[in-house]
Amino acid sequence: MSPKAAATGLMMASLIFSLVACVHKIPRDAMALSPDSLRDRQLQTRIFETNDEKMLLTASAAVLQDSGYTIEESEISCGVIVSSRDRDVTNPGQVAGSIVLGVCLGAPVPWDKRQRVEASLATKPIDDQRIAVRVTFQHVVWNNHNQVSKCEQLNDPQIYQEFFAKLSKSIFLTAHEI
Amino acid sequence: MAMIRYVAVISSLIVALIICSCAAKQKDILQAQESQVKLRSIQSRVYDTNDRKFLLRTIIATLQDLGFVIDDAEETLGTVTATKLKRYVLRVTVSVRPRGDLQMIVRCNAQYNLQTVEDPEPYQQFFAALSKGLFLEAQQVE
Repeated sequence: MSPKAAATGLMMASLIFSLVACVHKIPRDAMALSPDSLRDRQLQTRIFETNDEKMLLTASAAVLQDSGYTIEESEISCGVIVSSRDRDVTNPGQVAGSIVLGVCLGAPVPWDKRQRVEASLATKPIDDQRIAVRVTFQHVVWNNHNQVSKCEQLNDPQIYQEFFAKLSKSIFLTAHEI
Repeated sequence: MAMIRYVAVISSLIVALIICSCAAKQKDILQAQESQVKLRSIQSRVYDTNDRKFLLRTIIATLQDLGFVIDDAEETLGTVTATKLKRYVLRVTVSVRPRGDLQMIVRCNAQYNLQTVEDPEPYQQFFAALSKGLFLEAQQVE
């Protein structure tokens, strides 16, 4: 097992252990299509007029690398790229606020310390001339006590607009071998 | 002296208890609450297609529609693994394998936090969503 895979496994285990105490039974709608799924799909998908899937995937991988993501898995035949990025998200304002609140309450108040964003991209040919690219982002945030404070899919439209703007540019650069 | 002996006995008992509990857990590694046949029936459906690539790509799209982020996809083995984070961790592995020349069996197994999902409803929801994406009816495995 590579150190990266071990680290991912360890993070997943710590995430599950942190959450298991809170939730016990699978929610009824956990695997059902939500009313927001169509809106999310539109937000996360762009259609490109090309039949060169390999070029699209290469350009997408380059965008992820440009944004500091590490490619973890790629499977060209399924059109999938999986990547992640770890960052320190300590915010001095939040730290100061937590310390002040902690003093007032007489108990330590944690602050966000570390974030892991996972970006997963999949291509799907629509017809001979068009390919859909769908990207999804999710993040996990740990606090200074190494407990999970947030874990969710990111659905801020700005993130997706920025990604696809960079992808359009990257396709141009890839096509011109820059 | 008596105190040291007392502490030694208690420590030995604790160590023995820990070892016993580990041994008990190791026996559970391949155990499931439901029977193997019932679990397979809950987790599997047959589709009238032999287009493996189309099936895998539709599985990926369906999982994305359901709010999962793809962790891994492998065409040779025919598996897709994905995770959904929504104040909980839901991990699924979906595999496809041929059944004769004209059909494929799709199997989905899910883990919710630290539990294997053995309730039929989430699987029914998954296959309903997949059938919509494939424009095909799912059939029970006989």
